[in-house]
Amino acid sequence: MSFPLIVFYVLSAILLFSAFKVVTAKNPVHAALWLVLAFFTSSGHWLLLQAEFLAIALVLVYVGAVMVLFLFVVMMLDINIEKMRAGFWQHFPLAATVGLIMVAEMVLILASPQAHLAGYEAAAPLAADASNVKVLGLQIYTTYLMPFELAAVLLLLAIVAAIALTQRERKDGKYVDPAMQVEVKAADRLSIVKMAAVRDEPVINETNEPQA
Amino acid sequence: MLTLTHFLVLAAVLFSISVMGIFLNRKNVIVLLMAIELMLLAVNFNFIAFSHYLSDTAGQIFVFFILTVAAAESAIGLAILVVLFRNQSTINIEDLDSLKG
Repeated sequence: MSFPLIVFYVLSAILLFSAFKVVTAKNPVHAALWLVLAFFTSSGHWLLLQAEFLAIALVLVYVGAVMVLFLFVVMMLDINIEKMRAGFWQHFPLAATVGLIMVAEMVLILASPQAHLAGYEAAAPLAADASNVKVLGLQIYTTYLMPFELAAVLLLLAIVAAIALTQRERKDGKYVDPAMQVEVKAADRLSIVKMAAVRDEPVINETNEPQA
Repeated sequence: MLTLTHFLVLAAVLFSISVMGIFLNRKNVIVLLMAIELMLLAVNFNFIAFSHYLSDTAGQIFVFFILTVAAAESAIGLAILVVLFRNQSTINIEDLDSLKG
């Protein structure tokens, strides 16, 4: 058994166990923590496949950002776990049957000689100083430039949507409603008083005393 | 000898575990979202394994975009969840019947 194979089996055992714990954990906080382990372990798998950049990105983006977001939300919500766990294992036989059938089907296809998957030799190990990031970067900024820009727009959209969804109006907030501003008529703001066009002749103070 | 089949079978098992999770956690939307993340991870495994064994970086770039979309999806999903909890005080799917479907 070669060293990569041993690493693969150890990582796979951890990954599958933690994935199973994610979907069966009693407490959603524990599920999130098991999911962190699952992502971390799979980044190890991706290192075995020489996808270094994505392995690091998985740890930084998923473990660092998305899982923290999950943990924040889980802890923010006050969930009645007991009520949610009622009848949890009730559908387990069905779930296990469907899962096993799916695995069996996929293994049958993948392991069949017709799939010719055994023909793919492992790529020759790259040189120690070969840069995965450089290769990916060259591809992204030339061939895949447009999808890359679209991904940036998508992230912006996600930011705006998440903020727009969760923002609440303050009860004591003072704000201007542009629609009301546009709708306003001159009569709402300005009152015109009718008055005679002619003024009375001013009274001349003959005593020249300053008026009080 | 580590072969392509090893990784594809691992991804298949991972995917069906998360399908099982969707069956089991019908009531808890948070764990449903986590199961979807696991599914996306299994899909990414296939892409990276093929990318390695076919010596083609296109698979890795695809995974890059899947990661982006998954991050956006979970951010919006969790935002919807927070709004839902604020309005209904529950995230139990069985209580979400206001549309009378």
